[in-house]
Amino acid sequence: MQIKKVAGLTLGFLAAGLFVSGVATSPVQAETAAKNQTYDRIKKTHTMNWGVKGDTKLMGLTNIRTGKLEGFDIDMAKAITKRIDPKAKPELTQITSGTRVPMLLNGNIDAIIATMTITPERKKVVDFSEPYFNAGQALMVMKKSDVKSIKDLNHKGARILGVQGSNSIENVKKFAPKAKVVALPDYATALTALESGQGDALTTDNSILYGMAVDNHNVKVVGGNFTTEPYGVAVDKADPKLTKAINKAIDEMKADGSYDKLAKKWFNDVPGMNWKEVTE
Amino acid sequence: MWTLFTSHASEFFTGFGWTILSSVIALIGSTILGLGFALLQIVPNRFANIVGKIYIEVVRNIPLLVITMFFYVVVAKVLNLNGFVSGTIGLTLYTSAFIAETIRAGINSVDSGQYEGARSNGLSWWQAMRYVVLPQAIRLVIPPLGNQFVNLIKNSSVLAFVAGLDLMYQANMISQLTFDTFGPYIIVAIFYLILTLPLSYYMRYLENKTDR
Repeated sequence: MQIKKVAGLTLGFLAAGLFVSGVATSPVQAETAAKNQTYDRIKKTHTMNWGVKGDTKLMGLTNIRTGKLEGFDIDMAKAITKRIDPKAKPELTQITSGTRVPMLLNGNIDAIIATMTITPERKKVVDFSEPYFNAGQALMVMKKSDVKSIKDLNHKGARILGVQGSNSIENVKKFAPKAKVVALPDYATALTALESGQGDALTTDNSILYGMAVDNHNVKVVGGNFTTEPYGVAVDKADPKLTKAINKAIDEMKADGSYDKLAKKWFNDVPGMNWKEVTE
Repeated sequence: MWTLFTSHASEFFTGFGWTILSSVIALIGSTILGLGFALLQIVPNRFANIVGKIYIEVVRNIPLLVITMFFYVVVAKVLNLNGFVSGTIGLTLYTSAFIAETIRAGINSVDSGQYEGARSNGLSWWQAMRYVVLPQAIRLVIPPLGNQFVNLIKNSSVLAFVAGLDLMYQANMISQLTFDTFGPYIIVAIFYLILTLPLSYYMRYLENKTDR
């Protein structure tokens, strides 16, 4: 008797789960009804919510002493906000590669500027601004490693570390189909895993690898970029006006030299990196 | 959701397989270890009691994720452990501390007259345990032990953090590939229920049977 009751309850829960998932896939229709809602709100409330990285050196990192976020992405976010609405204040929300798209679509943040590569798949889900950072995927290995490029890893038994939610995992499978790819939750864990011998190389965007190599003298970046994957600002598809405004802001910054100034500020001192390659 | 399941069926079943394998290894390992540490705590030897106590209190009071990460990044520098192995070891040690406590409580709740009677009839300490106390204790600890096993299966999702290829890891990968953040986790929840519900019911059945 009791078993029957519990079984019934369980089925009920499952049914509820299926129902909710059906509802969750349909908010697209609701959003198109309120076009450019975010842009109008920014103009009205003078705040713009940015999703930024908090764990990526040079791009977006929480300064432990001041508790403030710092990096190229952060400075870009501040500069773009000022150009969209001079009175507006940027609000910065820390996101991860895994949570950023759902948070944008849920309306928790207005735009993402968080080392996000422009890809055709992502373009189906969100709108992108024009590229603001010329990134590409590279490899990091231990200093004593013999690996020189991605070709050295295309054999059985090679293990390549990556981070969940970033497209570098799918990419590296194309360049080294024979290697085993291991995905970890974040860059700090992935770097620790590399150091403790869980993989032969760590792959992700060059910007992130250089950021890690600045502080860590046991590792080195090798082989240069094997892909071209520029970063863009991601915006909800329901807000084309916001995308346009961001593009205009980036164009203005490139024209008046303030963009070059930011790139130089962050990337001039990185060993083995020419800051101009970022702006190409 | 059904198309999500069919298009990623191989990933889901791979994850299901690794979850089952990890759970079975950890279940056997933690039961043996747990029984051992429970006995360590009650043998008439002060030193053994202290060793057992320290192990249980330390392991039981550290988060499972910390134990697992310890094996994944610290121990791996010496021994070459991958994510699956370190996750399974973490799971085994963590669960064994709880099982030891459960079994010890069961042994303690057997009336002391049973043990004293056995000893006064000429049985050694080990014989008294083996033939008189433990058979009674096992009956008492089956229901709470069942709970520990269900917890163990659920806790196996910790493997996802160290790339252990289990169900949760596959769900993370699929949701980030498809941008569907809901479907993969619902499917994975159903997979976990397939494992845990029958176990819960079986434990309840055993409980009813031993009650009689």
